[in-house]
Amino acid sequence: MMKKLFVPLALITAAMFAYAPIAIANVAYQSTMLLVQKIFYFHFATWMAMTAAIAVSGVASLIYLFKGSKLADWYGVASAELVVVFGLFGLFSGSLWGRKAWGVWWQWDARVTMATMLVLVFLGYLMVRKYGGPGSEKLAAAMGIFGAATSPFVYKSVDWWRTIHPQTSVVRQLSDTFPDAWYLVLYCTAAFLLLTVLLLTARVRLEAMRSELDRMYLAAED
Amino acid sequence: MPGFFAVALLVLKKDLAIEAKSREIAYTTLFFAVSCVMIFSFAFVMEDGVPVDGAAAGILWIAVAFSGTLALGRTFERERYSETLRALLLAPASRPAVYAGKLLGMILMMVATEIILTPMVAFFFHAPFFARPLLLVALLGLGTIGFAAVGTLFAAMLVRTRTRDVLLPILLYPVTIPVIIAGVRGTAALLQSPPEAPVATLWIGLLTAFDVVFLTLALWTFEPLMTE
Repeated sequence: MMKKLFVPLALITAAMFAYAPIAIANVAYQSTMLLVQKIFYFHFATWMAMTAAIAVSGVASLIYLFKGSKLADWYGVASAELVVVFGLFGLFSGSLWGRKAWGVWWQWDARVTMATMLVLVFLGYLMVRKYGGPGSEKLAAAMGIFGAATSPFVYKSVDWWRTIHPQTSVVRQLSDTFPDAWYLVLYCTAAFLLLTVLLLTARVRLEAMRSELDRMYLAAED
Repeated sequence: MPGFFAVALLVLKKDLAIEAKSREIAYTTLFFAVSCVMIFSFAFVMEDGVPVDGAAAGILWIAVAFSGTLALGRTFERERYSETLRALLLAPASRPAVYAGKLLGMILMMVATEIILTPMVAFFFHAPFFARPLLLVALLGLGTIGFAAVGTLFAAMLVRTRTRDVLLPILLYPVTIPVIIAGVRGTAALLQSPPEAPVATLWIGLLTAFDVVFLTLALWTFEPLMTE
């Protein structure tokens, strides 16, 4: 099914990303933050994409560990790579925002620290796969499960601890105070989530092809 | 089949008996922790001989985490070296119980180090650690449980890999950073004058949450992770 849907979905996503900068440029300014607030639309969307990737990786790791399904393992590694990519993008865009809003490129606030930690966890996932030798898929799965289990604490960290990062309720209030911006946030999030699905599918397909190639090599040798 | 706690205690007894003979892990871990503290003194003691404010909490926890990693590596290296891990896993006992026994041994080892390490850091860095002793014990105890829970699982699963010495810290530190953060922030709150007990209690609550999550996951995943 995904094979048929892939091209149309890719076209829709490309169109959404092409229109996104125009929409972001046209949406009204909120009074206090001026130009830097425009970063927010992609910043928030990347973190949502990363959260989705973490969830996929955690669930896939669990299924792989207990059922041993190869497909789950491929989803695990594909989503772990996406976590790292979106996480780095989120940290980068957050850093740009921080320079304008907080006056520093990097601030050791709870949310930033924990987000960095999550990126490190999934870099660890990829490293153990690469350098762990045979059977390392299982070890990586443990990493994926633990990474996904700590991620809710990252989300709540801002509410629990005094921090300078905008509260998580800012986004929830946006629908009342500034509906145009809220729709645009949703639009960008949808675009990034679609991108996540596409990249995930492509990456899983690559992994499936690699596995098939390995099998054929082995068959040819016999 | 013996019960869960009976198996866990048997594994613990076995580890302690081996350790009591050589005292290898206890001595090396403690010596390493002391070296850590000494190295930090170069970084955090200023030219006038006064340590940086609030450095003591960080030094204590980093020494605990680093020396804990060393002990974790050694305790499973020992099992691998004498080919006893397979025997342990083949024993007619539930795997989570074996994990629990190993974990208890690890916690005891780390607590023994902390008992010597904490007064030492307090002494060298003029830190009033013992203003609220119960809160400090709770922070250190819960932090150690959380760190050792993940550490024991990861060290056990990495035994079979070639690059285990490098991979253990790489995997362990990012996952246990929340525990270290909570421990350091909580301890730092105790070092304020007067000690900020409510802040420390908040971190203790968070540490408890981490411990519950990590312990549950570790007990749950130990079995499939150790199956070849």
